[in-house]
Amino acid sequence: MFSSIHCRTTFRKNIKFFYNRPISKKLANSSHTDATQTLVVKQRIDTLKKSALLGGGLKRIEAQHKKGKLTARERINLLCDPGTFTEYDMLMEHTCTDFGMEKQKFPGDSVITGHGLVNGRSVFVFSQDFTVFGGSLSLAHARKICKVMDKAMTVGAPVVGLNDSGGARIQEGVDALGGYADIFQRNVLASGVVPQISMIMGPCAGGAVYSPAITDFTFMVKDTSYLFITGPDVVKATTNEEITQEELGGSNAHMTISGVAHNAFENDVDALIQLRNFLGFLPLSNQEQAPVRVWHDDSDRDVPALDHIVPPDSTAAYDMMDVIHSLVDDRDFFEIHPKYATNIIVGFARMNGRTVGFVANQPKVAAGCLDINASVKAARFVRFCDAFNIPLVVLVDVPGFLPGLSQEHGGIIRHGAKLLYAFAEATVPKVTIITRKAYGGAYDVMASKHLRGDSNYSWPTGEIAVMGSKGAVAILYRGKDNLAQYEAEYIDKFRSPLSAAVRGYIDDVIQPRTTRRRICQDLEMLSTKKLSNPAKKHGNIPL
Amino acid sequence: MSSFNFILRPGVASHMKRLWLRKVKLTCSMKTRAMQTHAFDYFNDSVDLDESKFGKILIANRSEIACRIIRTARRMGIKTVAVYSTADSSSVHVRMADEAVCLGPPAARESYLNVEKVLAAIKDTGAEAVHPGYGFLSENAAFAAELESMGVAFIGPSASAIRGMGDKLESKRLAMEAQVNTIPGFDGVVSDENHCLEIARNIGYPVMIKASAGGGGKGMRIARNDTEVREGFRLSTSEAASSFGDDRMLVEKFIDSPRHIEIQVLGDKHGNTVYLNERECSIQRRNQKVIEEAPSVFLDADMRKAMGEQAVALCKRLNYSSAGTVEFLVDSARNFYFLEMNTRLQVEHPITECITGLDLVHQMIRIAKGHRLKMSQSDVALRGWAIESRVYAEDPTKGFGLPSVGRLYQYLEPTHLSNVRCDSGVEEGSEISVYYDPMISKLVCYGQTRQQAIDLSVKALDSYVIRGVAHNIALLRDILTEHRFVSGNISTAYLNQVYPDGFNGRQLDQKSRRRVCALAAAILAKADIRARAFVNKRHSAPNSWQFVITLHETQISCNIRYSDSSRSFVVSIDGEEELVADDFNLSQSPIYTKVDGRDVVFQLNSKAQFGNLKIGFEGSDYDLSVLPKSAHEYMKFMPEKSVADTSKRLVAPMPGVVKSVSCDVGCQVVKGQELCIVEAMKMQNSLLADTSGKIKSINVKVGSNVSKDDVLVEFE
Repeated sequence: MFSSIHCRTTFRKNIKFFYNRPISKKLANSSHTDATQTLVVKQRIDTLKKSALLGGGLKRIEAQHKKGKLTARERINLLCDPGTFTEYDMLMEHTCTDFGMEKQKFPGDSVITGHGLVNGRSVFVFSQDFTVFGGSLSLAHARKICKVMDKAMTVGAPVVGLNDSGGARIQEGVDALGGYADIFQRNVLASGVVPQISMIMGPCAGGAVYSPAITDFTFMVKDTSYLFITGPDVVKATTNEEITQEELGGSNAHMTISGVAHNAFENDVDALIQLRNFLGFLPLSNQEQAPVRVWHDDSDRDVPALDHIVPPDSTAAYDMMDVIHSLVDDRDFFEIHPKYATNIIVGFARMNGRTVGFVANQPKVAAGCLDINASVKAARFVRFCDAFNIPLVVLVDVPGFLPGLSQEHGGIIRHGAKLLYAFAEATVPKVTIITRKAYGGAYDVMASKHLRGDSNYSWPTGEIAVMGSKGAVAILYRGKDNLAQYEAEYIDKFRSPLSAAVRGYIDDVIQPRTTRRRICQDLEMLSTKKLSNPAKKHGNIPL
Repeated sequence: MSSFNFILRPGVASHMKRLWLRKVKLTCSMKTRAMQTHAFDYFNDSVDLDESKFGKILIANRSEIACRIIRTARRMGIKTVAVYSTADSSSVHVRMADEAVCLGPPAARESYLNVEKVLAAIKDTGAEAVHPGYGFLSENAAFAAELESMGVAFIGPSASAIRGMGDKLESKRLAMEAQVNTIPGFDGVVSDENHCLEIARNIGYPVMIKASAGGGGKGMRIARNDTEVREGFRLSTSEAASSFGDDRMLVEKFIDSPRHIEIQVLGDKHGNTVYLNERECSIQRRNQKVIEEAPSVFLDADMRKAMGEQAVALCKRLNYSSAGTVEFLVDSARNFYFLEMNTRLQVEHPITECITGLDLVHQMIRIAKGHRLKMSQSDVALRGWAIESRVYAEDPTKGFGLPSVGRLYQYLEPTHLSNVRCDSGVEEGSEISVYYDPMISKLVCYGQTRQQAIDLSVKALDSYVIRGVAHNIALLRDILTEHRFVSGNISTAYLNQVYPDGFNGRQLDQKSRRRVCALAAAILAKADIRARAFVNKRHSAPNSWQFVITLHETQISCNIRYSDSSRSFVVSIDGEEELVADDFNLSQSPIYTKVDGRDVVFQLNSKAQFGNLKIGFEGSDYDLSVLPKSAHEYMKFMPEKSVADTSKRLVAPMPGVVKSVSCDVGCQVVKGQELCIVEAMKMQNSLLADTSGKIKSINVKVGSNVSKDDVLVEFE
């Protein structure tokens, strides 16, 4: 099986280095000794390399497979284009001398690092090897990761981490903790410079979780991966709660409840195939524009289906996903957080071949209102797109922020402000389509003209107002009799996009079927957009 | 629209009329695709603009037939009024009509079947005549009578003719009076076993012994000889006594595997009646027609004449005016027997229009206005062959058709082919709802010969694009290429005989399987190349690949390489090579290409990426998995996933108030059907069935307050 592994080490080229070692003084014998020494070194290197390829050994590899997981090398093999992975530090070893660790060494230690190509584009990879000390993080392990991250930063290419680690190597003590912090520091500095993606493919616990948490996207593998600060045993000891690993930090918990995972995949093979697809949406660094892939889906086509989606009854729900799929190239939409805060949809697609980020209210879920989770989910996504020059397309059907005690006490004010901040700060092209409701503060927030929206359109079904008719009339005409008549007047005035259109807050009212064409044209026009925020150290987003 | 109609007032100079005609044509093509003029002109009966006509007609129907009628009314220069339910408010027929009136909620009895509301719409709009289409109010004698009393023309026969043909016994009596062959039988109650035997011998075997009060197959026996008659009579009598408390028996000739052949008739109010040849509608499931053709392979000129003359005789007996259909059962010895008469326009009328060149709706409207037929029997043409395939939103692998609901997110009719007519009332984006018949369209293909019509139908079905709902194209195509059908050896038992275990999708032979796999491989190779092709930078792509394709649980290894010289993908599977031309792109639908030089049409029904892939090929959809060989080899380590339990309950996704419940305990629902509406934040959230099944319990009622995750409905 391992014969098929492509790890083109640079070692062979550097073999000269070994000739420079002290050589025998006797020339007569030198050729013999020299040759022997060369052979011995070569043999030793070969042995070490072979051993490195086997990680923790065949037995542990078998155990890894039995758990339904691939080995670190197999994963790299699937992630990178065949034959393109170049490994670093294959011979690096841990430095621990306590607890008898000096007798247990594995070349390369518990992580495999290097760079390769994904669909021809550079990517830096580290893949934790669970077969070596349970993938635990030693100082050497951390230094290997730091090395690829530093390289990725100088070159300008994404960093992909394939996480499968039991945590810190306890024997190394503070060295391991320091190692984590070294990685965290680099994660933070790389944030917004190169895309960072974590694929959790096994355990990821304790301090280790904060690296994936800082990276731009955290993906998981269903059933075989989990993430938590403290495991079920500690939970039991401290709070007396009985809970399984899966319940505590499995993909389901993080996909639906915590929102820590941005998506989860069926198994290792599926996860890596999807990761390859996903990388195709991203620029390699913040120095690049959003990638434009060759496309054939006609950008000029009308989409008649869009005329049918918004139901005539203004309170009836519809699926905003139908709108997104109808708008984008080849109905190809990569959703982020598909099961978390589903009252808002975020994800990547292509229009005219160019990557765009979609943010869309989902009227099908909780009427598409903005609540704490939805605001936070969308805000982070908007900031990612802005950092990496990915234009934003915003579809608005929002009745407002969700009222209620739990929301107010949960801090909807400061969480909602995050989304407002993110949209206001973003300088990438922003195209906004109001499909139906745009009420109150939520209208402002959703990439309105006032927040430097580049193109703001409404469908004829648009309703733009401070609040719904009933509530407004109750305040405006408090104590008056013929409220029904006042309500009709209010509806006539505001249940239409016209009052916004006459003020220029929307650029045009457009037929739904022409929306794809309009967005494609605008994105093309906006591809040369230049806008920058005032120079500052950094803003102070209400975290 | 209204401005054109204004120009068209009677007495306008003829060049103005020509101008109008041109204008209408222009407007049609500018409007929706569904309204485009058809690919071939199948009507010879040009509109006489000097003839008096109705100013405005109301079409008391929906969907394709409403569109069909509006099209002809438009051709005649008549204004149209559409009616619709709230579920149909953005339907094609509503937009096509000059005026539209909302009748009410989606349920048919509150809208399309509600006589009061339809009558009110007629009064409000001042329509002078009503075309009922088929179904709904088309054979409602009371409705027709009400219109007669209001002085509004009913575009159909008289109320008395509808009434006469609406009752089984009465219609048989009238038919016998008109000397029409009826199924031989004893028109009284059988007294005992010997009496039964005597009657059976008189009629001739086989006979059907059935309970007078019978139904659902109970108390019904087929007897082929004396012994079976005695036994059948005894068993049926006791069964009837215990089931219905009524042991009266009838005996009738049993017609074994009959053909269903019907005669189209057309009569005016001046006593002129012609027959417009036959249609064969033997391909049926659960008494619903699937494929119809005209003419029938089974009839010769003499028999056509005999059947046609009897049909005309019946019409004369009834003083029948308008279009109607006399249905016959025909046994293998070419005996034909009257079954019933449909006093309306039939669903399958377009095939008659194809072979006769007549526009039946045009004639119906003229007749209702009191005009005479302009042709006599000798003018009725019979040219070529037409086949109608009914395209339903149904999964044909479940009982030949389990209704499916959803939005047609992509929809493309094959009307780019000449001699193809597609009557539909939907367009891209339309919703197929649970409220009405799941028919999407009627695909009518015309040829000089039957084989030409069949070949054209197959070609048209292959390039028909329907996404968003399940559809029965796989079954239609399979029938059209099945040798019994092709040879014309069909009967009403056809489907059960040819597919005794139901339709399980098209069975692929070795060659077709290879072809499907070769296409899948070429798609993924193209996708792999595309993944590296960026506008500013093209990364070099591989030119050979190794894939493992899984189809129907069989794994197939394939090697694929790109051949620059032939601009094609060379796919080798099982030692055989298939050449897939690289002349398509992955955004097309359908995709036309060549495999080994032979033209093929296929559809890519999923994203083009590794993993699961769905391809539509020769009418059927195939689910494949395509993986690079290396990934496939790792699959053996991947854990088996337990198949997720398709939820047997419906839970509230959010807190709210139940606004309506649209299902009942014990009722069978289909996946995607609305079960109830929960209102939250002044928004109605329609909750849909996750799975098809029977409702076991409903835990809420209208007005109930529900919390998130409350179980609202449970399935069995």
